[in-house]
Amino acid sequence: MTFASSIELLKFHETAYTIYALMIISVIAWFGYNLTRENVKSIVRIPFYGYMAFLVAGGVGHHIFTYNAIPWVSQDITRHEIKPDQSYEFEIERHKWIGLPKQIVVQCGQTVKFDVHSRDLVYGFGLFRKDGTLVTQMQVNPGTDVNGILDSNDMLWTFNHNGVFDLTSTEYSGPAQYSEDGKKDLMLVKDFVKVVGCKDGGAK
Amino acid sequence: MSLKDNLINGTNFDPDSLNALQKVTLRAVVMSFLFFGLVAIEGMIMKLVVTGPSNPLPEMFSHPSHYFSIMTVHPIVGIFGSTYQLVFAAFMFLVPFLTKKPLYSVKLANAVWILITVGTALAWIAAFVWQYAPLYTLYWPLPADTEQFSAVGGVVFILGVALIMLGTFGFIYNIYATIFARVGVHKDKTTKELLISGFGIDGMLNLWHKLTGKPPYSKEPALALPVVAIFRGTVDTFLDAVVILSAGVLVLVYLLFDLAGSPLDVTVVDSLLYKNYFWWGLDLVADGLVLIYVAGSWYLLATLITGQKLFMENVARAALMLELLVSWMVWSHHLLADQGQPEMMKLISGEMVTAFELLTQGLALFITLVTLWKARPLKMTMELKYLLGGLVGFGLAVPAAIIQADMGMNRVLHNTQWIAMAHFHIALVVGLYMTLYSALYVLWPIVTNNTKMFSSKMSNIHYWMYLIGGIGLGAFGGMAGLDGMLRRHLYVNGEFNTLMILAAICGTMVVIAWFIFLLNIVLSVGIKGLIGIFMPAKDPTASYGIEPETVAENHKA
Repeated sequence: MTFASSIELLKFHETAYTIYALMIISVIAWFGYNLTRENVKSIVRIPFYGYMAFLVAGGVGHHIFTYNAIPWVSQDITRHEIKPDQSYEFEIERHKWIGLPKQIVVQCGQTVKFDVHSRDLVYGFGLFRKDGTLVTQMQVNPGTDVNGILDSNDMLWTFNHNGVFDLTSTEYSGPAQYSEDGKKDLMLVKDFVKVVGCKDGGAK
Repeated sequence: MSLKDNLINGTNFDPDSLNALQKVTLRAVVMSFLFFGLVAIEGMIMKLVVTGPSNPLPEMFSHPSHYFSIMTVHPIVGIFGSTYQLVFAAFMFLVPFLTKKPLYSVKLANAVWILITVGTALAWIAAFVWQYAPLYTLYWPLPADTEQFSAVGGVVFILGVALIMLGTFGFIYNIYATIFARVGVHKDKTTKELLISGFGIDGMLNLWHKLTGKPPYSKEPALALPVVAIFRGTVDTFLDAVVILSAGVLVLVYLLFDLAGSPLDVTVVDSLLYKNYFWWGLDLVADGLVLIYVAGSWYLLATLITGQKLFMENVARAALMLELLVSWMVWSHHLLADQGQPEMMKLISGEMVTAFELLTQGLALFITLVTLWKARPLKMTMELKYLLGGLVGFGLAVPAAIIQADMGMNRVLHNTQWIAMAHFHIALVVGLYMTLYSALYVLWPIVTNNTKMFSSKMSNIHYWMYLIGGIGLGAFGGMAGLDGMLRRHLYVNGEFNTLMILAAICGTMVVIAWFIFLLNIVLSVGIKGLIGIFMPAKDPTASYGIEPETVAENHKA
């Protein structure tokens, strides 16, 4: 199983967690009902160390599963060894993007490097689909090295589905990010990334 | 008796019969529930704003400076004003109760609730008057950004937080001074013995001796298991207070220099390093003291409700030690989206050690459930119902966070409503508060000298409305997070309005439930009784004589 896009992952996650949530509520409700009854026999006997082993396996197995099923995990860890197809570097200062291209056009399957620097506050870099769902994101921390060069906040992303994505900051950096009446996000950049060339189901 | 009589005089509550320990406990409880009301109303305001332009609130609530100042004080009022007060009050009562020793100082306990109340009020005023809104995260250098925020407002806010932390230190001192007092049952114990027990080392040694076929290291540990949890959780409470206070001092220095007309260079402080330091400390609340205190509370409630020894007590003691160590090493899960954070820290601290919380919390859940199961049949009392509600809350909230504490998932869930609603709102509103309500119902007759609760029907309505509302609030908010709704972002155009309307309905249920609960309490103690709680106690006794074992008698079916 591999998730080619965040939307597939989120759908899977929603289903899996909903099943779990209904299960844990039902188990405790059943348990509570039987606590008040006499001579109730346990349906199952859960061995203590078996339960512990299950929790350990669940905790560790979850990460092993995502490492193998979510492609951006290993890509992120080894990103300094990967040569991207396109690279973009820009800055943020006083809630404004500086040096931002008007639109980035990405061919299906291409890997893009985003390197964002902040000159003042902590911001975020997030790409969103038109329906508001999140494509990807990272935090953008300010700071410089000993030579005064702005710190990097870099991320690789491979686009496997056609679409036009908006950009905004995903981290709160004060009310100045918005118009005074709150109706406008001043850091929102519409149609910042355009992905073309993918088939309907994704990929080339 | 008419409703009016109840409102004035209560059922059979007599504040003059209360000793000093009972009174100081109730004072903090009253303040805690008042702050709970405030935090619930703040939460509702924010929920209504994001339902869209048709929300019934005045337009000013949608203005970013107003909206984010509410968001800034919401956790301060909720965590410190309400939760800390309630937990501290319960523990300053329980430690003397369980150790059968007097509380070290009732005066100090009074100072604790006053400091926390005044501190919370100051922080709230800073946001209300000056709209100081760097959020509770205080990401550097935002709290010192005087282009966006008033420096005076910042100073008032930080002073408020500092008072809360001073109150916290007062609580810590009182707890340890009581535990280490060599009086009563601990007259012949050495500090070393109490320390070994407090850290759960006796539990570990008992396990080791059992494995190697030796006689138990300690047949009767010096400290009861819930006291061990309080002892252990308080270590994290201390470290957390040190971090928050020191971060506050840093912000205060910058603001004062700014007010003096010679602002300091904010770039001197590395923002990522600061994030690491701050999250290390702040996470000790979420992943340290809350989980440890909650586990201890479950164990206490299970033993009090059943009147039996805790299932696998030595394992539970040892696990509390493990939880303490785990809580010191998990902060990196907050920094999985920070690309400058070393990958190994993300992997080890952010993912692997964090996953251990599934184990420690799962263990506490298992031990509590088995202890209850072994004692069946039990009466389905209010305290048992709330305890089960608390277990459901953490059963839902902990896995929700573990799922996100993953480098793959975090990329699409970080800073979304998923973590805010499906994790920590369910953990706090349902998990923690249901546990605290259970403790309240267990302790109610002891702390109020057997005052009759006005209405059990109202208790039940509160329970169901609160449980369903709390879970619904978290669930619909969490779903909005999966749909991309950010947690620290302003949406006034109804972007997620279906889910937010559903969440607001559930939030309203929580507010109504709180009101019903409060009314039930007021009708039980009466307004005269409420005032009497704040009058000086005639009996200066700082302990409570009843034996914990007798509490269990009320729960046998």
